[in-house]
Amino acid sequence: MKIIVLLEPSGNSIKRSSLESITAARALGATSIHGFMYGGDANSAQIAGEYGLSDIAHTPATEYSSTAAATSLAQFAKSESASAIIVAANAAGKEIAPRVAVKLEAGYIPDCVGLALVNGLIQGTRPVYAGKARIAVSATTAMSVYALRPNVFTARKAENATSVNVRTFTPQLSESDTRVKVTNVIRNEGKLDVLEADIIVSGGRGLKGPENFHLVENLADKLSAAVGASRAVVDAGWRPHGEQVGQTGKTVSPNMYVACGISGAVQHLAGMSSSKVIVAINKDKEAPIFKVADYGIVGDVFDVLPVLSQKIGAVTGK
Amino acid sequence: MNIIVCVSQVPDTTTKIAVGADGKTIEKNGVKFILNPYDEYAIEEGLQLREKFGGTVTALTVGNDSSKDILRTALAMGADKAVLISDSGNSDTFGIAHSIAEYAKTVVPDLIILGRQSIDYDSFAMASMVGELLSLPSISMVSSWTINGSSITAERDIEGGKEVIEASLPCVISAQKGLNNPRYPKLPDIMKAKSKPIDAVTGASVPARVTTVSMELPQTQRRGIILNDSEHDITELVRLLHEDAKVI
Repeated sequence: MKIIVLLEPSGNSIKRSSLESITAARALGATSIHGFMYGGDANSAQIAGEYGLSDIAHTPATEYSSTAAATSLAQFAKSESASAIIVAANAAGKEIAPRVAVKLEAGYIPDCVGLALVNGLIQGTRPVYAGKARIAVSATTAMSVYALRPNVFTARKAENATSVNVRTFTPQLSESDTRVKVTNVIRNEGKLDVLEADIIVSGGRGLKGPENFHLVENLADKLSAAVGASRAVVDAGWRPHGEQVGQTGKTVSPNMYVACGISGAVQHLAGMSSSKVIVAINKDKEAPIFKVADYGIVGDVFDVLPVLSQKIGAVTGK
Repeated sequence: MNIIVCVSQVPDTTTKIAVGADGKTIEKNGVKFILNPYDEYAIEEGLQLREKFGGTVTALTVGNDSSKDILRTALAMGADKAVLISDSGNSDTFGIAHSIAEYAKTVVPDLIILGRQSIDYDSFAMASMVGELLSLPSISMVSSWTINGSSITAERDIEGGKEVIEASLPCVISAQKGLNNPRYPKLPDIMKAKSKPIDAVTGASVPARVTTVSMELPQTQRRGIILNDSEHDITELVRLLHEDAKVI
């Protein structure tokens, strides 16, 4: 079984989600794994060697086009006669993967939180219906494409690091492949995005007003965490939409998710229930958030958060 | 401007989900079905573009007789036309994309608009698949955009910021929350929509490329340690996070 992994450049390295994809491919027992990178600096992918990936194909690009990236990846996978492609289910992966699957007449299994080899077939497990159910899915086609939910699979270094050989892959692109292109990227400066954070501290209606969110921000500071928000407080205009966690916001899987004054409506749970550790603070002991919590404190956020921030600060040194 | 808006029927988010007798899909009895919430943004965007540029808005769904409800909602909001592409009920995402694309080939739209995801299977795949099948550019999760002649400048959400994207019509886009404020249909329009025609089209059936092996309800394997708000308990929580969970 030959697996192609999409590697996404990030600064002078590659995204952690790409390393997670390599680890997942290794865990499936692939006979060979090849990395593919579109655009960026090929040297930035050297870290992949620590994760056991030795062969990387790179298609240089001066500007990013999701359609050109998809065409390039599909052509590379075909040239390698690969049987599976793994990408991260992030903003880029979710645009590229469906196109690659259509081009290769491959089954597409998005948003996987588990991958397993069952009777020789790769089976993806994924949440559906806002996480209220899970399905195991396999492809009926010779080739298949999987998108992995970021931060659910753990990136693990290989026992023996290998040296990385980068080769250039030149795709055959037509005019229609570059009709959509990224002309600018606007970064949220000085603010950690919930999609990129290891820890998220989220606030809900229990904060009673936007002026009280400093309690959430203060705890987030002590934890070097991103600030998140429930739909209710975003709809009320207390917090920006970019912070919203949940079905109509962002789906996150941080190492720790701290829900402050959030009751835990099913739409919110859909966006955070794959978090590794969930902490809930709510004064209503019947709040549904406690049903998914590893640790809960039944109490008023106005009383609990200042004490908790101070005590966590003593541990983290912030 | 000739606009197709694709809509889908999904279980209400608050519906209780049970696994059906086949062990692979949900038990549909007793489930309340609604118009996929993101599709409201797609319909609204189509209507606003028609108001600005003229043309027609066709609401389209792939489904069965029960899907007519959501088409009537689209008509009540102001869509000019509704199309129901019949489906075996066994289609996967690709099969549905294929049906949409085959229909689109017959009407050659300037624009196809979808919601960013349907809240049943949350695949985020339809805009890209339809775009690919029609050899059209696609932009998913558009949070704001402008159309100037045939040029499109759009913003879409990415990790840690936004991307500015340029593309050209004809194009496929999927709508992010915040793109607009969907209108509520007025009662007289809801009444009128009940008697408007819905065009029936037979879908082109293609073999499914993925198959569901099993469905189950997830078991929570959480520690479930619930403490109170005393200083002692808060100290204990910090110790547990530090020593047991090792997250701080």
